[in-house]
Amino acid sequence: MNKSERVIERDEVVIRFSGDSGDGMQLTGTLFSNTSALFGNDLSTFPDYPAEIRAPQGTVGGVSGFQVHVGHSEVYTPGDYADVLVAMNPAAVKANAKFIREGGTIIIDEDNFTEKNIIKAGYQKDPVAEDKLNRFNIISAPITTLVREALKDKGLDPKTVLRTKNMFALGMVYWLFNRDFEYTEEYLKSKFSKQPAIIEANSTVLKAGYHYAETMEAMTPIYKVSPARIERGRYRTIDGNTATAWGLLAAAEKAGLDLFIGSYPITPATGILEALAARKDLGVKSFQAEDEIAGICTAIGASFAGNLAVTSTSGPGLALKSEAIGLAVMTELPLVIINVQRGGPSTGLPTKTEQADLMQALYGRNGECPVVVIAASTPSNCFKYAFEAAAIALEHMVPVILLTDGFLANGSEPWKIPSMDALPEIKPPVVKDGDDEFIPYERDEKKLSRKWAVPGTKGREHRIGGLEKTVKGTVSYIPENHEHMVRMRAEKVARVVSKVPDIKTYDDDEGELLLIGWGGTYGHLLTAVRELRKEGKSVSLAHFNHINPLPANTAEVFSGFKKLVVAELNAGQFVRHLRMEFEDFRFKQINKIQGLPFTCTEIKEQCIKLLEE
Amino acid sequence: MTEEIVDLNPGDFKSDQEVRWCPGCGDHAVLAAVTRALAELKIPKEKFAFISGIGCSSRFPYYLSTFGFHGIHGRASAIASGVKLANPELSVWQITGDGDAMAIGGNHFIHAIRRNIDINIILFNNEIYGLTKGQYSPTSTKGAVTKTSPFGTVEEPFNPGELVIGAKGKFFARTIDSNVQLSAEVYKQAALHEGTSVVETLQNCVIFNDGAHKQLSDRKTRDDNTIILRQGEPMIFGKNRDKGLKLDGLKMKVVKLGNGITEKDILVHDAEENNPGIHTMLANMRNPGFPVAMGVIRAVAAPTYDMALRGQIAKVQKDRKIKNLDDLLRSGSTWESK
Repeated sequence: MNKSERVIERDEVVIRFSGDSGDGMQLTGTLFSNTSALFGNDLSTFPDYPAEIRAPQGTVGGVSGFQVHVGHSEVYTPGDYADVLVAMNPAAVKANAKFIREGGTIIIDEDNFTEKNIIKAGYQKDPVAEDKLNRFNIISAPITTLVREALKDKGLDPKTVLRTKNMFALGMVYWLFNRDFEYTEEYLKSKFSKQPAIIEANSTVLKAGYHYAETMEAMTPIYKVSPARIERGRYRTIDGNTATAWGLLAAAEKAGLDLFIGSYPITPATGILEALAARKDLGVKSFQAEDEIAGICTAIGASFAGNLAVTSTSGPGLALKSEAIGLAVMTELPLVIINVQRGGPSTGLPTKTEQADLMQALYGRNGECPVVVIAASTPSNCFKYAFEAAAIALEHMVPVILLTDGFLANGSEPWKIPSMDALPEIKPPVVKDGDDEFIPYERDEKKLSRKWAVPGTKGREHRIGGLEKTVKGTVSYIPENHEHMVRMRAEKVARVVSKVPDIKTYDDDEGELLLIGWGGTYGHLLTAVRELRKEGKSVSLAHFNHINPLPANTAEVFSGFKKLVVAELNAGQFVRHLRMEFEDFRFKQINKIQGLPFTCTEIKEQCIKLLEE
Repeated sequence: MTEEIVDLNPGDFKSDQEVRWCPGCGDHAVLAAVTRALAELKIPKEKFAFISGIGCSSRFPYYLSTFGFHGIHGRASAIASGVKLANPELSVWQITGDGDAMAIGGNHFIHAIRRNIDINIILFNNEIYGLTKGQYSPTSTKGAVTKTSPFGTVEEPFNPGELVIGAKGKFFARTIDSNVQLSAEVYKQAALHEGTSVVETLQNCVIFNDGAHKQLSDRKTRDDNTIILRQGEPMIFGKNRDKGLKLDGLKMKVVKLGNGITEKDILVHDAEENNPGIHTMLANMRNPGFPVAMGVIRAVAAPTYDMALRGQIAKVQKDRKIKNLDDLLRSGSTWESK
C-alpha cells in the first residue's frame, strides 16, 4: 500500500496508553518508549497509575496510563496533551478525554464498549456524544475478537489469550509510527525465555495488530517523527529511581567505600532499594529493614562504621525518620536521605507526584537541626544529584536530603552515559591509626567538618551520641557550649555553599518576569518559558537544584527582574523559604496541588496574566 | 573476627568519664562484669563497638574506652545491626533496658533477633523506667504501683526470654547484677556465640524499684530461688543442693532429691538443643514455686545474617559480568548516536 500520501511529518508526538490497571499499559508504554529511543528520538515518559494493584475493573479509579512524548528535537516533558490515545475500555476514555489534543486520535477496543462497561465508566449511554468525542479521530477496532481469532489454534487458555491484547494495541501504534518489532521481540524472548508458547502468542498478536492497522483503509495519518539531532555518544533510557541508585553506586566507587542502603518499601521510592538490592555484584549491602526508622538507623550505624550509608523513602517515611535525622546531625555523620515525594499529607496520593515535602525536609525536626537539601530536576539528572548528595555528605560530614518526586522517579528519558573518569574523586576525612588523642568534634578550618574515625581504627576509640557534647566528646549541659555547637552545626551546613554552583537563568540576566522553580518541574517550566520567549515575552527561568544552602548569587539574579514568580506543585513552600531568606523581594506564586505535573499551557497562561498585571 | 590476640586488663576498658549512675545502682556491677569479660576475649580494644539506646543503662558506652555510640530511644538494635553489617570484623554490643528494648524498640529488638545478626545484647531489666523517674515498664509485675499506675498496672508483663525464643532467638542467658562472676562468664559466652545473643541482666534500681530482685540476690534466699544452668550438668539447685528439675508429662516440676529420686532422674541441661520447648519452660520459671533460671539457657548454632550477606555478595561476585560502574552503565540496551 502507499503510505506516503498520508504521512504527516511532526517534530513531536505524544501518545498515551490507557486501560485497566491489569491491562499491561505500563509495559506497552515502556516498550514503545524504548523502541523510539533506539530509533533515535528524544523522549520523556510519565506513568500515571492508581495505588490499587487491581482496582475494580472497568472503573475510572482503576485506569492506568502511560504517556510518552517523542520528538525530533529536544523533549523536556511528557507533553500536556496526547495526539494519540489508546483506550482499552470506556473508563480509559472517560479518564483521559480531557488530555487529548483537539483533532487527536483515539484507538479503542470496541469489544469492551458494552452497555455494562459504559455505565461502569460513568457514562449514561454514549461516550461519543457525552464527551463530544467526534472532535477526535476514533479508530474503533474489535481488539478482543481479533486477538481471539489470531490465537485460536494455539491451544492457549482464554485468560492467557486475553492478556496479549496490549500487544495488539502496541502493534497498531507501531504501524502508526512506522516502528520495527526488534526491541519488543528481544524483550519478549528474555522475559519469557522458559515459556516459548507465550513468546509466540505475544509476537503473533503484535504482528496481527500491525497488519490490522495497515489493512484498515483510511484509518489515520501516519506520523513520522525523525530521529533527534542529539549529541554524539552512547545512550540508554533511564528512569529517576534507577538513576538515583546508580548515582549512589558511582559515589561509592569514587569514594572507595562500600555502599549500605537501609530502607523500607514505600511507593514511589521502592525502585531505589530494588535497583540497589540487584547490585550484589558491586558489593552493595542492601538491607530491607523492619520499618522506616530501622532503615535510617541501620544506615546511621553503617555510617558510624565507615560505609557510604543511604536510606530512601517517601513523605510519610521521612516523617518517621525525622528523629534519626536529628541523630545524624548531632553525631555529624555522613548520610544520604532520599525522599521521593508523593501527594500528601498522611497516606495522601501514594502514586501521584507533588512537591509538598520541602518544608519537612528543611525544618521537620526537633531542635535547631539544619541539613543540606538538594533536588533533582529530570529523571536522568537524579544520577548527578545523588552523586553530589553523597559527595557533600562524605566530604562535609553532614546528612543530606535529596528530594526527587513520583514524576521523576517513574519518568524516563534517553541519557548520555557518563564516563566514570569524568566524575570527581570523593575524599572523606577518614582518620588513620594513631596514638595522639582523637578529638571527635575538632573541625576543619574551612568546612567546619569533623573527622571520621571508624571503629576498628587503632587508637581512635571515642564515644558520640545524641546528647550535646563538648568538642572533646564529653556530654555537656553548659549553656554556652550548647549555643556554640548549635551555631557550628548550622555554619557547617551554610558553608556547603562553596560546592553549590551559581544559579544560571534561561536565558537573560534581566527582564520583566523571572519564573522560579525547583526540582521535578524543570521540563514543564523550561518548555513554557521557551514558548513564551518565542512569542516575544520578556520571561526567563531560574530553576533551583540547591535548596539549602541556596546558590550564592541568588539575590543578584532576582534583582534583575521586575516580577518574581515561584511555580511549584504545593501550596507555596519554596516561596516561603525564599521570603525568609530574601526579605527585600516580593514573590508571586503559581501553585498546583492535584497530584499531577504542571502543563506548559497553564504555566504560560498564568505567566501572561502576571505580565499583564 | 580478628585472629590477633592481645592482653588487656579490665581497667584498660574504663574511660576517663565520671560514672554518674546513682550510688548503689546495679549498673556499676554490670560495668565491672563487662570489662572483665572484654579483657578475657583477648580482642584488640579498637574492635569493640558499644551501641546503646536511651535510659539509665544506655549511658554505658560513655564509661568504656572502646568505640561507643549513644543512640536514640529504642533504636539501638537497628544502629548496632548497621554497624555489624558495615564491618563484620567488629565485636558489636548493644546496651539496652526493658523499656528501650521491649517497648519503644520492640520492633527492632525482635527483628534483629529473627535475622540472627551477630550482636551481643545486654538487656538490663529493672522492671521500671528509671531515667524518667518511676513509671511502669513492659516487664513490671501485673498490679505494680508506679507513678503512671497509681492503682496498679492492669497489663501482663513480657518475659524477655520467652520473647527472645519466640522471635527465633538462638542465644538467651540470664544473670543478675549482684553476681559479677556469673555475669562476666555469661557475657563472654554471649560474645563467643555467633549470632544475636541476648543476656537478660536482672538489675536493681535503687531509687524507683529497690529490691525488685531481692529474693534472687539476697544471700539467704538466692540459692533456693535460683538455679544456675550449666551445659551437660543436671539441673540441681538449693542451699543444700537437694532440689532438682524434672519433667512431669509436658510440665516442669521441682523435686526433692532422696526418697528414691536420684541425680539420674533430674533433667540434664542442653542449651544447644534446637527445640525451644524446654528452654522456654526454663526461661518462664518464676518464684514462688520454681527457681529463676540463671546462666546460658539457650545457645544454638545457626547461620548469621552478616555472614549470609557476605556469602551472597561473594557468590554473586564470583561470576559477575558487571565489575564496576562503567560496566553497569553500559549494560542492557544502549545505542550510539553518531
